[in-house]
Amino acid sequence: MSKSRVNLLELFIAFAKVGVMTFGGGYAMIPILERELIDKRSWATNEELMDYYAVGQCTPGVIAVNTATFIGNKLAGTIGGIIATLGVIFPSVVIITVIAGILTNFAHIPAVKSAFAGIRVCVCVLIFNSVVKLFKSAVIDKAAFVIFLLVLVCSFFFGVSPVILVVISAVAGILLTNLGVRGK
Amino acid sequence: MILLTLFWEFFKTGLFSVGGGMATLPFLYRMSATQGWFTTEQLADMIAVSESTPGPIGVNMATYVGFTTAGIPGSIIATIGLVTPSVIVILIIARILEKFRTNKYVDSAFYGLRPCSVGLIAAAGLLVVKIALFTLDRYAETHVLLDALNLKAILLAVVLLVLTRGVKAVKKLHPIFFILASALVGILFKF
Repeated sequence: MSKSRVNLLELFIAFAKVGVMTFGGGYAMIPILERELIDKRSWATNEELMDYYAVGQCTPGVIAVNTATFIGNKLAGTIGGIIATLGVIFPSVVIITVIAGILTNFAHIPAVKSAFAGIRVCVCVLIFNSVVKLFKSAVIDKAAFVIFLLVLVCSFFFGVSPVILVVISAVAGILLTNLGVRGK
Repeated sequence: MILLTLFWEFFKTGLFSVGGGMATLPFLYRMSATQGWFTTEQLADMIAVSESTPGPIGVNMATYVGFTTAGIPGSIIATIGLVTPSVIVILIIARILEKFRTNKYVDSAFYGLRPCSVGLIAAAGLLVVKIALFTLDRYAETHVLLDALNLKAILLAVVLLVLTRGVKAVKKLHPIFFILASALVGILFKF
């Protein structure tokens, strides 16, 4: 398979469409990727997509971006990876900049303030629901629960930098696995 | 200069946030505390907007924070900063995909990273709870315990929890529905 079998403009547009149609990110993106990349264009197979997705989840960064980089790289090399990524972020940058610009001008109106006070309550509930969902797949044994609890306390009560907590947790994961604590 | 700092802060966020959009949240709170570019209230509003507009949440939040901090150049620089580490890391991993997936150190590091990520998101969620459901500044004035609670907000939270978790017919609805409904309740009941 030749590395540059797609034209870069088409790559950009395809991923910009994925960006526009992804509402909420994460799993919401799977059906859209399937339609745009597999059904319409045969740029990847289902298995490849699942592999990219799995790796995208266990590498740093936003999953949608990671998947875009993977597929762009496969289709057109390094430049393809970059173009696909720029495509997927392009709609966000435009849409959010417009909305942010409008909201900044209306933020002082009492009704807008009340609306956002209500929305914040909803944000609490949405975050709680995503924590519950993630908790089920991530906290699989006692040691994982201890990591969860320690990170929560260190972050909320002591304001420890997330960078430090991420690095320590990765090392702890390796140590705990090697000590045979994992799975108990 | 602020653009350079913005790029660097988001580069770090992109490099250390593992597990999708919400995982960037703790880094944004950290940014609000250390850089003072925006308040935690503003950040909660940005989360709501990011959830209700198209695009990956992590990217949306980076754009919004960037715009709030330094206008249109800020929104572009922050977003580019966020995705740069991903692009570099993925381009490297794409060359060693099979080895990476089956590597036992990668696997065991993620055994520790996943609960860490959930813990960080939970802590960020508690910060939103603190400003949305409690009125600690009013309590500081009156010292009446009941004044520390935002009763209207707590009632709304309970209703939303029941709807999003308990009621089958509505819990599959898109978050934008609940966000808009909450905005309406906020206006009607003068939150």
